[in-house]
Amino acid sequence: MTLLELDDVSVTYRIASGEVPAVRGVSLSLDSGAALGVAGESGSGKSTLAMALLRLLPRDARVDGRILLGGEDVLAMKWGRLRAVRWAEASIVFQGAQHGLNPVRRIGEQIAEPMLVHGLAKPDQAGKRVAELLGQVGMPAWRAQSYPHELSGGQRQRVMIAMALACSPKLIIADEPTTALDVMVQAQVLTLIKELVAEHDISLIMISHDLSVLADVCGQLAVMYAGRVVEHGPSHEVFHDAKHPYSRALAAAFPTVGDPASRLAPKGLGGDPPDPMHLPSGCSFHPRCPIALEECSSLDVELWPAGDRRTAACVHVRAKEEAS
Amino acid sequence: MSVASARRRQALSRFWKDFGRQRTGVVGLAILVGAAVLAVIAPLFIDESVTNVVTAGGPKMAPPSLDYPFGTDESGRSILLMVWWGSRTSLLIGFLAALVSMLIGTVLGIAAGHFRGWISAVILRVTDWFLVLPSLVTALVLAAIMGGSTFTIIMAIGVTTWPSTARLIRAQTLAVEARPYIERSKALGAGHWHVTTRHVLPNVAPLLLASTTLEVASAIVTESTLAFLGVSANKTSWGTMLRGSYDWGAATAGAWWYILIPGLCIVAVVMAFTLCGRALEAVLNPRLRKAGA
Amino acid sequence: MTETEAPAETVATDRRTLLEARDLRVEFASRGRRARAVDGVNLAVGEGEIVALVGESGCGKTTLARTLLGLERPTAGTVHFDGEPLKYGSKALKNYRKQVQLVLQDPTGSLNPRHTVYEAVAEGPRIHGLPDEEEIVNSALSRAGLRPPERFLLRYPHELSGGQRQRVVIAGALALNPKVLIADEPVASLDASVRGEILALMLKLRDELGLSALVVTHDLGLAWNIADRVAVMYLGRIVESGPVEQVLTAPRHPYTQALLSVLPESPERVVLTGEPPDPTRIPGGCRFHARCQVLASGKAAEAGVDARCRGELLDILPASAGAQAACYYADATG
Repeated sequence: MTLLELDDVSVTYRIASGEVPAVRGVSLSLDSGAALGVAGESGSGKSTLAMALLRLLPRDARVDGRILLGGEDVLAMKWGRLRAVRWAEASIVFQGAQHGLNPVRRIGEQIAEPMLVHGLAKPDQAGKRVAELLGQVGMPAWRAQSYPHELSGGQRQRVMIAMALACSPKLIIADEPTTALDVMVQAQVLTLIKELVAEHDISLIMISHDLSVLADVCGQLAVMYAGRVVEHGPSHEVFHDAKHPYSRALAAAFPTVGDPASRLAPKGLGGDPPDPMHLPSGCSFHPRCPIALEECSSLDVELWPAGDRRTAACVHVRAKEEAS
Repeated sequence: MSVASARRRQALSRFWKDFGRQRTGVVGLAILVGAAVLAVIAPLFIDESVTNVVTAGGPKMAPPSLDYPFGTDESGRSILLMVWWGSRTSLLIGFLAALVSMLIGTVLGIAAGHFRGWISAVILRVTDWFLVLPSLVTALVLAAIMGGSTFTIIMAIGVTTWPSTARLIRAQTLAVEARPYIERSKALGAGHWHVTTRHVLPNVAPLLLASTTLEVASAIVTESTLAFLGVSANKTSWGTMLRGSYDWGAATAGAWWYILIPGLCIVAVVMAFTLCGRALEAVLNPRLRKAGA
Repeated sequence: MTETEAPAETVATDRRTLLEARDLRVEFASRGRRARAVDGVNLAVGEGEIVALVGESGCGKTTLARTLLGLERPTAGTVHFDGEPLKYGSKALKNYRKQVQLVLQDPTGSLNPRHTVYEAVAEGPRIHGLPDEEEIVNSALSRAGLRPPERFLLRYPHELSGGQRQRVVIAGALALNPKVLIADEPVASLDASVRGEILALMLKLRDELGLSALVVTHDLGLAWNIADRVAVMYLGRIVESGPVEQVLTAPRHPYTQALLSVLPESPERVVLTGEPPDPTRIPGGCRFHARCQVLASGKAAEAGVDARCRGELLDILPASAGAQAACYYADATG
């Protein structure tokens, strides 16, 4: 069953000097219980897209298209309904857990807050539920009495996940949940997220710039560049055999230790991510593309089929499909 | 490098454009420039004799008239000319006292923020001590002991008001020193002098400018207060005029112009400085700018 | 301290040793307790060699790097450069700066927002009063890959991309013509697609200028990408070191094994549990024993070393170029 459907979603920021297209026509869908990874670097629009799902964007952002969550149009919701949907049906885990917690309130109170707000628990039962949630994220119940500064970075991120779980949502959006964490703690948090998604039948949208992490956690992978999805497909296939040159570069940016091909040979892309105010014509990746053709600077690229359940927005892909 | 100076000019013009958007700041600046120009050109039209009791020829305590637009005082001196001449002393004391306070505050503030350990501890103790001293009373005592010349009034105000500047500058210095470019600079071989003058000072300068502007306003008020309390430079200033109006019972005599005119001058100039200071703060402090947008 | 101190003998590298830490210790007062951030480290960086110092946050790797730069004074032990112990007089330190330079993680923060690219790169030459400032700046910028340099000279940091900013920082270091670059997480805050370019630049500088580098990172993939040798640090000590191929493909220390196992795509995960290491409370015996998966699984007991793991202090590893691990189990099983 489809839980979330994005249909031609665009997000435009209005600033003093004009309009900035941050997300440009993204269509994606997510089945319940599935995990989708959204990859891209800063300025690709991936975080804007995540915020748009729950209408968490600032007022100067305009969202076009349709976002259906459980069949309901998020963009058409009234405020009261939207508030109920946030936390209760879909919740978000931000990067930088340090800043997401109120430093002067105990962990337990903060986890209980969304449940009390949404009337999902009475104050006297909240304590029990908090202990249960802390247990789910692998922390002892007595930690509810702690203040955020008494916890390590990994523990704080666990608390954020517990908060996201508090109202038993159907969807969790995790925006770079492990970026600021150490490898070992990162592994712990990722394992936790994977287990929770599997056990509680929760859908997950995870956002990261690290393809290897996404491939590890998510079944499907969408790679974004300059506000568009440039490749979409099963994550292991996208990671190991990317069709779009940009996905290939992203995958190569985090080498596999032990792979002789990447030993003493770091791979990167020349140039820099484009300025959304001045996007290159045609395929917006063409100025940095190592295999660009002449037509790429004028051709309008779209997601073309690139094999079984896969699409990629690259002219080479279209050529190959047409040939076969 | 000519290109570099072009960039400087560009930055300056951008600054003016931003400042121009702060309408209240522009009003304040206009008042200030007007007051300063009037004070500077005063000797071209009048001299100190307008404050002389002996040569004053007008009627005593006369209300505003065509001959004396702002009326006269108890000795028949023109309030208009007195206020004009007195602005020289008031503004001079305001500017110089703020400068003294700013210099002491900046040096000690940067030192307290840059050096750790005992230097910082000693400066902080001294600052705290000055901060809890009631500055008006201290200035009063200082001025009374040293005698009432313009110089002592300036020193008395300057020496008692620097601690708040020092605190502000120290806080900003600490924030700047925590930035990685300070670490990079040290790794490049920079010493204390280089770090404080090349990195810290330029970064605290905008804040300093804004705070000094506000400081001038408060120095003018302090000068008036000191004068009103009877400690003053033996020259006509807006403060001494207020003192005079009080001494001669202007309020009970119904001579409202004697009180109102110097009072309004103080209010106008202080307000102008405050408006300018706030506008500068808004333009130069990017964090405030963002919050305002 | 009853620990046996390894003799600070000369190191048997095939390269001439340039920068060396000898039995280095750095302690801090942290909330009233002594934190042993660096607790006995021998480490050498040879001429033209890139060494990766790998570990989790709080393991002391950044403190070690700062101490090697002379920004921090060691509590005990010495930093040697070119065979000479580092002196901490202001003149000696200033001279040392021309030899060993720093590249920080966050290029945005490393550049004064009020300084142009020219001023940022010229800062070092100005401090040291080098002649021909303009020429130095131009050549440093082109060596850092910002070509043509004139295009960048008068720009401000906020007008550059993250990758370009990091190149400006590197150019600022190159302007002093150093022999060693100490880079603390040089690409951690850069976009994924730009990382490779900056790493390739470091390799190129090594090849063209013979520049040595110590790269401090938590990222084993980065070590695999550019380093010749890797040293793994845990709680203030180096627990395993050696050539990258050997250490990262056949790790002998359980901690290195665990770090490698949690990388995405690795077949079998060893996720270490327990609180993150705390330098104010370094456990006795092997400092890793409380979290050691080999000890927990009973394999150490089979090899008959479990008592030593728990109770006997390990020797400090010497600054040797070959593969070595500070582990009783690894020693016992070969």
